[in-house]
Amino acid sequence: MKRKLEISELIFKLLSYLLLTMFAVGCLYPFVYTVSSAISGYVEVRDSTIVLFPKNVQFDAFKDVFNDNVFWNSYTNTLFLTFYGTIWEMVLSIFGAYALSKKRLLFRKGFNFFLVFTMWFSAGLVPQYLNYLATKRVFQGVGIMDDKWLVVIAMGMQAMNIILLRNAFEGVPSEIEEAAIVDGATELQVLSKVYLPMSKSILATVALFFAISRWNGYFWARQMISSTNEQPLQVYMRLRLEEYSDPERTTNWQLSHTYAPDSVIYALIVCSIIPILVIYPFIQKYFAKGVNVGGVKE
Amino acid sequence: MTINAADYLIFDEESGTYIENPEQLVRDDVEKHHWLNVARTVAKDWRLYLMLVPMILVFLLWRYFPMYELLGSFKLTEDAKPVADQYYSGFSYFRTLLTGTGNTELSSQFWRAFRNTFLLSFYGLLFGFPMPIIIALFFNEIRSNIARSVYQVLTYLPKFMSTVVMTSLVMMLVKQGSDSTGMQPGVVAHMLSSVGLISTETAYAGMLNNPAFFRAIYQISGIWESAGYDSIVFFAAIIAISPTSYEAAQIDGANKMAQMRYIVLPSILSTIVIMLITRIGSLLNIGYEKVLLLYNPDTYVTADVVSTFAQRNGIAGSLKGMASAAEMMNNVIGMLLVIGANTISRKASDVSLY
Repeated sequence: MKRKLEISELIFKLLSYLLLTMFAVGCLYPFVYTVSSAISGYVEVRDSTIVLFPKNVQFDAFKDVFNDNVFWNSYTNTLFLTFYGTIWEMVLSIFGAYALSKKRLLFRKGFNFFLVFTMWFSAGLVPQYLNYLATKRVFQGVGIMDDKWLVVIAMGMQAMNIILLRNAFEGVPSEIEEAAIVDGATELQVLSKVYLPMSKSILATVALFFAISRWNGYFWARQMISSTNEQPLQVYMRLRLEEYSDPERTTNWQLSHTYAPDSVIYALIVCSIIPILVIYPFIQKYFAKGVNVGGVKE
Repeated sequence: MTINAADYLIFDEESGTYIENPEQLVRDDVEKHHWLNVARTVAKDWRLYLMLVPMILVFLLWRYFPMYELLGSFKLTEDAKPVADQYYSGFSYFRTLLTGTGNTELSSQFWRAFRNTFLLSFYGLLFGFPMPIIIALFFNEIRSNIARSVYQVLTYLPKFMSTVVMTSLVMMLVKQGSDSTGMQPGVVAHMLSSVGLISTETAYAGMLNNPAFFRAIYQISGIWESAGYDSIVFFAAIIAISPTSYEAAQIDGANKMAQMRYIVLPSILSTIVIMLITRIGSLLNIGYEKVLLLYNPDTYVTADVVSTFAQRNGIAGSLKGMASAAEMMNNVIGMLLVIGANTISRKASDVSLY
């Protein structure tokens, strides 16, 4: 059935396109500006004459970043934290959520409350800091000198994500599980052969949440990791930013550089978001599902 | 070894189905014979309980143990001693923070931080909350799937940037000028001063060094960061509306505004109410990282929140007990808000959030 658009409908449609385009452009603009500024020349960045496209193109800022060993070190550290951190959190959350999703679990309400309470009340930064310091001493006592493991094991683990998984597991029809048990499947087989394949999209979403928060983690990494060699990328970026926003440090900069100190920061930003940009379009379709499952229940 | 299915899936021959509620069955069984049977049930099903152990341990060690260390806010904190060995000082830290006994300066800083925490959240609610709803309504108008995906990809994107990247971008876009290097102000500050919204001197001095701009910068960057992503929930509620409702309305001659008013808004109202209540519940849980990365001593007046107050005094400084006390008051009130919001939500819509 074809129908003529009414005037009010047409106006609203046009308005939607117009405002959404403006907002989308606004979301994208800082990134385009970042890339342009990273590859523009000293004078143009200094005078803030770049609006959209790069001027007086140079790649020395990127070269400078790539020639810095500390940068590669921090990049490796971030990969380490993201990889092991995501695995650690996924394994613990899947086991925990699976057990919590079982109606036959005794004290189920109590365990749920135990999780949910951490979403309501947090002890705060100072007690957590003291607690992490104590953990650090224990770790060093047993010979784990690498602070990265402290960050992997002690930080992270969100109750919200566990509840998200639990809700997804509860949605698996019990008949399938019953059939598997009758066929002689063990508990682990039920989990790995029935539950996990049936909740793929929520698993992908939760893993993505974990990975992104690991990749982006800053505050505790900066507090707890003492050695420069073990710093993750976010900490390194922030330190460089603090260094370069101090004008005294960059007084005679132009004598030895073709690019402005700001371009280094822009180049670092580009390097830090590229991995996210690469995987993002593939996983984007899963979010909507994840968010919806997460909202409501019990 | 297999789980003994017969223990849990009990076939009721009368009705010809499996018994619905095995938990109740186990529970009844346990109640009959008490703890011995609890132990027996756990032992029989030990794999399931073992799966819980690592998660519980992590939460105990790194979520619940810090709560025990909150005792430090009632005690005279000496760094070298563990909390258990310190002397109780009662409520003296709380008294100092609330009334200014002994340290008026600290108390006024605490109240300022508390006020800022509330105001930053409140403005976030006022300006940030409607944005995702409006964006979701707009998404609904885009009929072409490709165009809509493009808009979605672009507007969700900022949510996945780290706080460091986001704050670095903000700082660069509105950065100050400098005489010694000849640096001009950042491009956004530059644009704003050339259209006359701010004076050239203000742009040159750096908008982030000016307490008058902190809240605006915080809110605008917040909308940039999450308005698109937060619209997912509302958009999902809108596309769940059956197309037949629209068709019926069109046959009855309802125009676009009438359809909005009588079909779309009522259908997403419950989602809006739930999200609003959640937001009100988390009014005092503000992301400290963003404030910490954006503020500086010049902007403490409008920017300092309770968490950053605690970070400065307790982690960077040495007033650990005082800082814990400050955050504890904030978090206890925050928890009461969350529980209150949840109760209201449950009563209002039969949906509770946790």
